[in-house]
Amino acid sequence: MYKLKIWDHLILLAGVFFMVAPVAITFFTSTHDAITIYKEGVQFAPGGKFLENYETVLFQAGGFTKEVDGFVMLKNSMILGFGFAIGKIVISMLAAYAIVYFRFPMASLCFWVIFATLLLPLEVRILPSYEIVQSLGMVNTYSGLIIPLIASATGTFFFRQFFMSVPDELLEAARIDGAGPWKFFKDILVPLSKTMIAAIFIIMFVYGWNQYLWPTLITTDESLFTLVRGIKQILQVWVGAQIPAFNEAMALAILAMLPPVLIVVIFQSWFVKGLVESDK
Amino acid sequence: MDAGLLVYWWPAIPVPGDVMKKVQFQSRWVPYMLLLPQLAIVTIFFLWPAAEAVQSSFYLEDPFGFGSTFVGFENFTDMLTSSDYGRVARFTGVFTTLVTFLSLGIALLLAVKADKVLRGSSTYKTLLMWVYAVAPPVAGLIGVLLFDQHVGPLVDFFAMFGWKMQIGVNYFDTSFAMVSTAVWKQIPVNFIFFLSGLQGISKSVQEAASIDCRSGMRRFWTVTFPLLAPTGFFLLIINITYAFFDTFGIIDVIVKNEPGNNPVTLVYKVYLDGFRGNDLGGSSAQSVILMAMVFILTIIQFRLIERRVHYT
Repeated sequence: MYKLKIWDHLILLAGVFFMVAPVAITFFTSTHDAITIYKEGVQFAPGGKFLENYETVLFQAGGFTKEVDGFVMLKNSMILGFGFAIGKIVISMLAAYAIVYFRFPMASLCFWVIFATLLLPLEVRILPSYEIVQSLGMVNTYSGLIIPLIASATGTFFFRQFFMSVPDELLEAARIDGAGPWKFFKDILVPLSKTMIAAIFIIMFVYGWNQYLWPTLITTDESLFTLVRGIKQILQVWVGAQIPAFNEAMALAILAMLPPVLIVVIFQSWFVKGLVESDK
Repeated sequence: MDAGLLVYWWPAIPVPGDVMKKVQFQSRWVPYMLLLPQLAIVTIFFLWPAAEAVQSSFYLEDPFGFGSTFVGFENFTDMLTSSDYGRVARFTGVFTTLVTFLSLGIALLLAVKADKVLRGSSTYKTLLMWVYAVAPPVAGLIGVLLFDQHVGPLVDFFAMFGWKMQIGVNYFDTSFAMVSTAVWKQIPVNFIFFLSGLQGISKSVQEAASIDCRSGMRRFWTVTFPLLAPTGFFLLIINITYAFFDTFGIIDVIVKNEPGNNPVTLVYKVYLDGFRGNDLGGSSAQSVILMAMVFILTIIQFRLIERRVHYT
């Protein structure tokens, strides 16, 4: 019995090693100088260039893109992450509220129109989407970056499901007390949904932050690059470089993953709830 | 589409017997006002581009911009019969199968073990799930570093067994790097779902099983595994969708903008032909084929939901 336990832990430790080691190596490599890495290969222990490398990546315009520094990209990533998560929650809560709490003709038609978006992932309509955004003059704008990502139905379904589980008696009581639709939404439904909003916010923030394909197409102006979008730029500098700046590239990679990873780890229980709870 | 996002609509699709609210508001215009922002964005950024894709898949765009001609199904037949498309489709099939089964298998093993141990289980849980938050292209960049010709430790490691890896040059080696990176990135999602599925199995069932059957292995396959089947089916769809769509960033970073002879997936080819090759008709035809695939996956998912609802 005791022996079995040891095997369980060994398998789990192997799993942890498999998941953590690549990122640990990335971090260690980001704290050395480029020549050491070029000569000796990637590094397995922290080096002395931590501050120097991260300062270069964050504050020195140049590095990879020659025009923007990591700080601007960090700011853009924040705008995308927050803009996407907040926009999505607001829009989908309103839509779900209409679908669940109102009786109106065409309700099911509206629902199915929203549902249809699930059949159209960005990747399959990428070229026409780009052309439409371009014809609307939204290329290289924050709204062009965020709004087209917002509309998919996932959030609406999430809130619809949650609203369905709210007891009918609440609305009855609110109506007896003379509350209108707006008051009921603001004073009862939103406070009731707090945990759900937090859970979906975390998932949406990570999803928005990690967007790659859409920002790659929509932002050609470097001042609008996000950190994840900047990855592509790193590679273009790599190809054909004498001594590739592995250290700075890896520092940028660490910066690009740090905020979403922190959020997932710190708010772990909400995150898991958001991911799994709706599965019931 | 993010794998995590797909989860939300899974239980939320209206199924027969879905109950409506008994009490509702009556208003002529309020519901439309509430729905307006979402419907406007859906129409402009989803339905319109999709319609454009379907339309242009039947046209041949003049390369010099002098209008386009209706060619019927020619784009589709050209695409489906081209050897290049066949090669990419085959790779996508192999890639999807490998990524799905490897990440599901490893995640299931880890979830079973994490569910079993008492000491440190929450630490294991955190350490095994946080990679969820790493963006696919960032995962790809880490893959590029670890498999790098000069500095990558994995290249040195496999060289000890006489395998001289050449990522970006050798087709098989590049595929290997892509599959391992994609599996690495996908394990956390599967792990989280399997673990919560395992924790949902009632203690009384487990105790009854442990009285009836002493072999832990047999107990797993005859009791636990069947009870996890709904989670497994659901994850299967999630993983197929992931391997199709969400691996774009990984592939784009690993092929380093030089697809050349490298393996790419169908979704990547839509992007390549559309934005690099300027083949609007061909790219659109591929988009339409992919839409059909997503449609089929959705129908399968529908069927699964009906069955689940039936049981619970």
